[in-house]
Amino acid sequence: MNVTLGHFLAVGAILFALSVVGIFLNRKNLIVLLMAIELMLLAVNMNFVAFSHFLGDMHGQVFVFFILTVAAAESAIGLAILVLLFRNKNSISVEELNTLKG
Amino acid sequence: MDYQTGFFYLFAAVLLFAAFRVITARNPVHAVLFLMLAFSQASALWLLLKAEFLGITLVLVYLGAVMVLFLFVVMMLDINMDGVRKGFWKHFPLAAILGGFVAAELIAVLFVGFPSLAANPDAVNTGINAANYSNTRELGLLLYTEYLYPVEVAAVILLVAMIAAIALTLRQRKDSKAINPGLQVHVRARDRLVVLPMNATQKAAPAVEAVIAEEGKAP
Repeated sequence: MNVTLGHFLAVGAILFALSVVGIFLNRKNLIVLLMAIELMLLAVNMNFVAFSHFLGDMHGQVFVFFILTVAAAESAIGLAILVLLFRNKNSISVEELNTLKG
Repeated sequence: MDYQTGFFYLFAAVLLFAAFRVITARNPVHAVLFLMLAFSQASALWLLLKAEFLGITLVLVYLGAVMVLFLFVVMMLDINMDGVRKGFWKHFPLAAILGGFVAAELIAVLFVGFPSLAANPDAVNTGINAANYSNTRELGLLLYTEYLYPVEVAAVILLVAMIAAIALTLRQRKDSKAINPGLQVHVRARDRLVVLPMNATQKAAPAVEAVIAEEGKAP
């Protein structure tokens, strides 16, 4: 029994579902929310690489390259905002981010 | 069952276990470390898929830079976990049902949707197994010809991210005695030194009677 495209897609799907569950569970902890988003992007990248391999098309891997770039920029800015938030509020709980709430 | 299948199951099992621990770990440092484990296993899976360049990039860029950044931030912040963990398992049943639903749907669509590809994977990619095939070369050829403009846009995105991260977290020190060279060069002599026109000798103040006499004379 060989590894097929479906196996990799299943791993990506389970990974994506796990990170959705992570967003549900850690809805107060901003830093674990960022990590769950990273896991989601990893699941998407897994699908791209699997399709790229099994379809013999390199364009999928180029797209993964760009997703990695954007994900790195996103996490850098996200962590900077997190540090700024902690400096001002002394907490990273999402529930305390209600300054703009009317 | 060949060795590739065995490795696939090993890497996939460790990857999913690490992902589960990321979302349930009590200590955020442990969560970051498990995230690093998950990314390393994903990179191993990509190596199985013959995407060597992306696998190594994932290790270098993600494990080497982004995850270390996460680790720095987690260690820098003094997080009160009790408040954050309150009601952690309250929504677990709903989350588990939803997650199971998402996974089942995705697997059903993706696993069933591509049966012909799954049956004969090597029918479509014969060139990929050639001895002189280079994944990095193929990726580079695409990146620097067809995707040259997107590559430059990606570079600008990284630059913007860097400047934004610095600008967000930069703090001016109040006790700093540093000089501003621009202001220093810009200054001119008359900003520093004012020469008042003044007589070398001055008349003595007139006596009081003289002032009165003058006032009497004036009208």
